[in-house]
Amino acid sequence: MTEIREQSEKRVGVYICHCGHNIAGTVDVEHVAEWAYNLPHVVISRDNRFMCASTGQEQVEEDIKEYELTHVVVASCSPHMHEKTFRGACARAGLNPYLFEMANIREHASWVHPNDKDGATNKAKALVSAAVYRVLQHEPLTPMEVEIRPETLIVGGGIAGIQAALEIASAGYHVYMVEREPSIGGHMAQLDKTFPTLDCSACILTPKMFDVGSHPNITMMTYAEVESVDGYVGNFTVKVRKKSKHVREDQCTGCGTCWEKCPVKVIDTEYEASLGYRKAIYRPFPQAVPKYPVIDIENCTYYKTGKCKACEKFCQRNAIDFDMPDEVVEIQVGNILLATGYELFDCRRIPQYGYGRLENVYTSMEFERLVNATGPTEGKITLRDGETMPKSVAIIHCVGSRDKNHNEYCSAICCMSSLKFAHLVMEKTGAEVYQFYIDMRPIAKGYEEFYHRILEEGANFIRGRVSEITDAAHVPEEEGKLIVIAEDTLIGRQRRVPVDMVILSAALEPRHDAAEVAHLFSVGCGNTGFFTERHPKLDPVATMTEGVYIAGACQGPKDIPDTVAQGAAAAARILSVISQRRVELEPVRASIDESRCSGCRICNNMCPYGAIAYLEDLAVSRVNPALCKGCGTCVAACPSQIITGAHFTFDQLMAEIDGIMVDVHTAAPVRVGNQPIKVGEA
Amino acid sequence: MNTSRPQTFYDRVAKATPGGELLGQCLQCGSCGGSCPSGPDMDHTPRALFAMIRAGLEDEVLRSNAPWYCVSCFSCTARCPQQIPITDIMYTLKQMAIQEGHYDHPHATKFSETFIGFVEQRGRSFEFGLATRYHLFHLIQHPTQMLKMGGMGFNMLRRNRLALRPKSIQNMDQLSAILNEAKAIAAKEEQV
Amino acid sequence: MTNKTYAYYPGCSLQHRSHAYEVSNNAVAKTLGFELVEVDDWNCCGATEMFSLNRIPAYSLVARNLARAEEAGSEEVIAACSLCFLNLAKTDQHMKKFAKVEHKVNQALAAGKLHYDPGSVRVRHLLEMVLTDYGLNTIKEYTKRPLYGLTLAPYYGCLLARPNSVFDNTEQPTAMDHLIEALGAKAAPFSMKTYCCGGHMTQISEATALEMIHKIVKNAADGGADAIVTVCPMCQLNLDVYQGYANQLFETEFEIPVMFFSQLIGLAMGFAPKDLGFGQEFISFSPLLEKIQEIPPAKVKPERRSKQALPMPVMPE
Repeated sequence: MTEIREQSEKRVGVYICHCGHNIAGTVDVEHVAEWAYNLPHVVISRDNRFMCASTGQEQVEEDIKEYELTHVVVASCSPHMHEKTFRGACARAGLNPYLFEMANIREHASWVHPNDKDGATNKAKALVSAAVYRVLQHEPLTPMEVEIRPETLIVGGGIAGIQAALEIASAGYHVYMVEREPSIGGHMAQLDKTFPTLDCSACILTPKMFDVGSHPNITMMTYAEVESVDGYVGNFTVKVRKKSKHVREDQCTGCGTCWEKCPVKVIDTEYEASLGYRKAIYRPFPQAVPKYPVIDIENCTYYKTGKCKACEKFCQRNAIDFDMPDEVVEIQVGNILLATGYELFDCRRIPQYGYGRLENVYTSMEFERLVNATGPTEGKITLRDGETMPKSVAIIHCVGSRDKNHNEYCSAICCMSSLKFAHLVMEKTGAEVYQFYIDMRPIAKGYEEFYHRILEEGANFIRGRVSEITDAAHVPEEEGKLIVIAEDTLIGRQRRVPVDMVILSAALEPRHDAAEVAHLFSVGCGNTGFFTERHPKLDPVATMTEGVYIAGACQGPKDIPDTVAQGAAAAARILSVISQRRVELEPVRASIDESRCSGCRICNNMCPYGAIAYLEDLAVSRVNPALCKGCGTCVAACPSQIITGAHFTFDQLMAEIDGIMVDVHTAAPVRVGNQPIKVGEA
Repeated sequence: MNTSRPQTFYDRVAKATPGGELLGQCLQCGSCGGSCPSGPDMDHTPRALFAMIRAGLEDEVLRSNAPWYCVSCFSCTARCPQQIPITDIMYTLKQMAIQEGHYDHPHATKFSETFIGFVEQRGRSFEFGLATRYHLFHLIQHPTQMLKMGGMGFNMLRRNRLALRPKSIQNMDQLSAILNEAKAIAAKEEQV
Repeated sequence: MTNKTYAYYPGCSLQHRSHAYEVSNNAVAKTLGFELVEVDDWNCCGATEMFSLNRIPAYSLVARNLARAEEAGSEEVIAACSLCFLNLAKTDQHMKKFAKVEHKVNQALAAGKLHYDPGSVRVRHLLEMVLTDYGLNTIKEYTKRPLYGLTLAPYYGCLLARPNSVFDNTEQPTAMDHLIEALGAKAAPFSMKTYCCGGHMTQISEATALEMIHKIVKNAADGGADAIVTVCPMCQLNLDVYQGYANQLFETEFEIPVMFFSQLIGLAMGFAPKDLGFGQEFISFSPLLEKIQEIPPAKVKPERRSKQALPMPVMPE
């Protein structure tokens, strides 16, 4: 056990939170408080129903003053949740907030051992003991203040990014928007009508796209991707690779001659969802912003054979530049918003639905293009032959969603978009429509009413997840049809429904490179692969990394109203940070004892943030405190053990270990410090 | 959590099936009933049976023809979005139906029992014996059927596809010892 | 070439009922240079009957074979029957996954002085073994008489691919399609390639079974198949022997012969049909054998799609 000085002036206050029944339902909190009173230097130990409530915080503040506390321990939930809260309480009472330590007896004890009260109580005691031993070693620390740059980077030019960009730009601050595709607009630009109001997607989106393109406070970088991110909240340095478009935008007028003359026809897997074609030089869609085309060098004849150049020949503005290189630009921003959206589930992963094998099986996005006036059939709903109108259509819900073989989660939008498809099919073709669903979930404003409208319009609803879609006809009326096989669970019987066309309402999935993007921006990905918010209820657009926010479907499947709301919410959060002008940085960072540094430079390369520089003249290494994130890699790597991580010093960690080793089964730990004063709930 | 509630029919089914605890995850989506090639002939689809198990309708479940119509093709199991071992649950229901004497249509059980009888006696299956014994004793009520099967048997023989004499494994003692012990273990399990 | 040997679990069906499978397997093995050596004194896998009546004895019955293979030092065992394959693989997997099963089964095995460590013997199906260990290129090298002019329906049945295939797609496998094409024949489009043949349902409810058999045969015929190729004795038996009864019930006149995949390879390797067990089938192969052509058929140009036709799906990998 750590030796404690007899005549110490250290005075610790310990607070055990009930968290309603969350902790007190399992952990004997009164007992833990009583027991903790006998830990070294503890002068007051209390339990409290809700420490985070104002009464709990005020109790800490009063005690600091009345009992002249020098250190405070709160045992409650995760520090992610309330460390800031209690540090604030300490600071208000005049105590350095870093003389506080938190023990997590909810996530680490009561919640994970709900059936073992004694075990959970003992574990809580050990955690409290560790916190007390540790806090005794804490030193006062002062956060560093840095200025916040007013510029914001928005990654992704879909409706979430567009909404946020316009909010921030209109408030008078500069926005950089980086978009991977040649045009902004995202998935919403591919849609025809939007549920439940059936207003035209393009009509409500394109004015916003135009505003982004023309706003003086917005710098748009399309056909571009972020390569690296350095720095910290308020001061990020971001490198963006602008892929060569091979078209000089200062010369191009977007007249369209080049793509009319281009001889190479390519299946458009992006904007047309593989249902239509584009050229090797192309503008994704007529209302694209910016309006300039790009050359797809993987399919361009010139890049394959060295010949063709038809686009160049016919361009009257001399805007084609086959030798144009990629450009890497460096920008400085204070905040970053990720609005990278989703990808559609690859329906070939469910082979029994026949997508890619049976030609009249479409995905939801293919159908959006099919029914869209700017799509390959100019809005005519046809079979894959491009001519025949279907007389019967089946719409399959939950394709790749609510399925542990693929994605366990509900994709949130498919019920409503499937209802919309039913309406459009019936309106445009008069075909018989069959909806195969597991559960109908029309949950937002106006959605249930839309469901009722489709019922009234006469769509057939069959409650059953489709087992198979086959072309294997068994009876004459099935010949030449797609047969949808499912159990109609409401009558408990297997049904075979022959139809001309099937639409698969595919799941929304994280982008295929979401994990890499998350790593690039130091945000988390949950087990579903979507980016993780700081708190699912109370902080849905922030992340664990200060200064990096998320909005829209990159956080989880959501429809347009929710996406727009998140875009606006993230903008509000960012504007609030910008308006503070300065931000405090956690003082948890490494420092090198330069007098003992041998200059071996091992730490320089180990640092993942490039925060350690070697000073040639002094032959020692030095940490740039603004870049250091306090990860501790260098501390562990230093062969001379002369790098210290503030708030994670050797002494602090060893004391914490000593504390957790205290025998929790003794009625009370041997008391070494000051005399007891008070026990129990106030 | 109250862990001391009395064991229900659902608990027994789940416990008797490896991975059976997943039965509680059923979404009632019907993927199983739609995938089943013999589903149209079942009185209750697997999904419906699972709801009936949860509702404690033991008699009706164990009288259902569904487990006997299961062809063990695993189509439902492969497609179940909750990864429930449906085929194995069907086996459990068959066993329970036999043990508790609920299933009163002996047709299917007798075929299985005849088959197993040969395996237990000789360690190998024996189609000719199976065909003759099964058809003689159990299809006697359906003479036309028997005639047809008899014709097929003759054709099989003519093509050298039926052995007239049963084959046995050599170390029958070993197999019998293993099976007897396994049966004893299984019997002990039922008493618990 | 050094003769590689594989521990082999033929299963009861191959002894008589599906002797053609056994004969052709050995013919193919000889040509490719491997030998199938039977697991010493193997016993029946219990089919589906044992598992549905008494689970622990069923596992124990199967495990005796695995234990004997392990005892003989075999690291893998090859099964030719899909049901045997499933039972062996499933017993191995369940003993590994469920500690209770492992404990009880080994307790039973101990009565026969045996023990099985789950995971120690890898259970493989013959089709997978031949295609993985030898491959299409090797098989092509030994092809003397390509099967030009034939259209064949690759029928995998249910148990090879399910419940969790490690070898090919569970719903729409393609391994045998590629084999058929490699041997010079054409693989028929065949949606019902993994639909169940009915298994023992012919004995329980004949009408149910005949409907299933009819569906499969009709789908093969719709795809223009001259024959159906199977990997399982049960599938072969049901589709061959009961095809006539299905015709009676559904008033159809299908006459599609049903062969084993090893018979198919053997034919292409130049074996005489009688050396591959042809002649034991109910629906004769004679017309099919006469249909094989000397030269590859002229390539049929794919039908031109109309100008307004929409492209078939392409998705980024």
